[in-house]
Amino acid sequence: MALSREQMAQRVAREMQDGYYVNLGIGIPTLVANYIPEGMEVMLQSENGLLGMGAFPTEAEVDADMINAGKQTVTARIGASIFSSAESFAMIRGGHIDLTVLGAFEVDVQGNIASWMIPGKLVKGMGGAMDLVAGAENIIVTMTHASKDGESKLLPRCSLPLTGAGCIKRVLTDLAYLEIQDGAFILKERAPGVSVEEIVAKTAGKLIVPDHVPEMQFAAQ
Amino acid sequence: MAGFDKRVSSYEEALDGLKDGMTVIAGGFGLCGIPENLIAEIKRKGIRDLTVVSNNCGVDGFGLGVLLEDRQIRKVIASYVGENALFEQQLLSGEIEVQLTPQGTLAEKMRAGGAGIPAFFTATGVGTPVAEGKEVREFHGRQYLMEESITGDFAIVKGWKADHFGNVVYRHTAQNFNPLAATAGKITVVEVEEIVEPGELDPTQIHTPGIYVDRIICGTFEKRIEQRTVRK
Repeated sequence: MALSREQMAQRVAREMQDGYYVNLGIGIPTLVANYIPEGMEVMLQSENGLLGMGAFPTEAEVDADMINAGKQTVTARIGASIFSSAESFAMIRGGHIDLTVLGAFEVDVQGNIASWMIPGKLVKGMGGAMDLVAGAENIIVTMTHASKDGESKLLPRCSLPLTGAGCIKRVLTDLAYLEIQDGAFILKERAPGVSVEEIVAKTAGKLIVPDHVPEMQFAAQ
Repeated sequence: MAGFDKRVSSYEEALDGLKDGMTVIAGGFGLCGIPENLIAEIKRKGIRDLTVVSNNCGVDGFGLGVLLEDRQIRKVIASYVGENALFEQQLLSGEIEVQLTPQGTLAEKMRAGGAGIPAFFTATGVGTPVAEGKEVREFHGRQYLMEESITGDFAIVKGWKADHFGNVVYRHTAQNFNPLAATAGKITVVEVEEIVEPGELDPTQIHTPGIYVDRIICGTFEKRIEQRTVRK
C-alpha cells in the first residue's frame, strides 16, 4: 500500500537526532514535527526568522506577529530566538541547519530538484527553497513517486526548471526510500506491501535494486 | 523634525517626496509586519509606475495588493507572489513585470545595499533560471552566482516601538525583512505602534539604530492574519 502523508512524515521523523536544528518545508514536511520521538529534542527553524518554532497556538494564544514560513500562526517554544530574514538565511546558506525536509515535483539521477515552477501554470515564485537546497548538506525530499496518471517523477533528467542542481541525495516517496549516488537512484527501502516491481515500473530514471530491499520501519510515537 | 527628532506629524508628510517611477523597498513577510498605513498612503496619493521590492505582494484588498487596484505598480521584485488574483491577471496581461528572486538572496541584496556592498556571491540559484545572465565564479571548488545589491528611493518599514531618535525594535516575527529594508532606503520611513520616551529603549537591545531612519510616525494596525491556525 502506498504510504499516507502521515506515514511519510513518520518515516522522515526517524532521521531526526537529539539536538538537531531542522527546517521543515510546507506540506508533508510540516507533519514531521508531529512525530519527533519521545525524549528527543529538536529545534525547528522557520525561514521567516524564528528558531524554535513551537506548537500551533490555542485560540487565546493567537498572535498576528508570530507566524511560520507557511504564514500560519504559531508559538515560539522556550529557548527560541527571533531575528531578521538576513540572519535567517545566513543560518541556512551558511550550512548551520542539520536537516532540511522539503517537497518536489521532480528529482533526477544527478540529484537535481524541481519544486517551484511549472511553465505556463504555477509561477508563484521560489521563496526560500533555492537557498535551502543550496545551503544544506542533509536534505530529504518528500514527494509522491508518480503523478496521478502514473507518470514517474523520479527521472533521468528533470523536465521542469530547477530549484537546485546536484544537491539531492535522499528521497522519500509514498512507495520507497531511495538514495542518489553516481548518476542513479538506489532503492533502500520499500513501503509495506509495495513490491519492488511496482517501484521499478514507476521509476523512469536509472534505478539500482539491491538483492534485498527491506520494508520500511516507522518511528514509534 | 529637528536635530535627531525624526517624528513627522502626518502620513502625508511621511511620504513627502515619493514620486512616480521611484523604487520602494517594503518590509514584511506575507501580511506579517507590513507597513499597512504607509501602503495605504501611497494608494491615496496615487503615485504610479513604482518598482516595489518586498518578499511578497500582499493579498487581494490588503497589503501591497491594494496598489494593484489602481495599477500603481510597474515592477515587483519578490520571492513569492500570486496570493492575489489581481496580481496574476496583471502579470498575464503584461501590465506588471515580476523579477522572482530567492528569499535569501533578496534579504542579502537589501542588507548589502544598505551596507555599501555592491555585489556578493551566493550558491543559491546556480544551475537554475535564476542564474541566467549572471556572472558565475568558483570558490573552493564550488560555483557561485554574483548578485547585485538593491537600494531604494524610499524604504517603508513596520516597527513595534521607536524613540524619537529613530531607534526601532520589532515584535516577534514581524521583524523579518524590516531591519534590512530600513538600511536600504535613501529615505526610510518607519511606522510604529508606539513612540516611547527617550532612554526607554535599552541601547543594547535596539534592532535598527536611528542612523538608518529618516522619519517615524505612530499608527494603529489591523494586523490581518493570513492563516489562523490553532490547536485544540
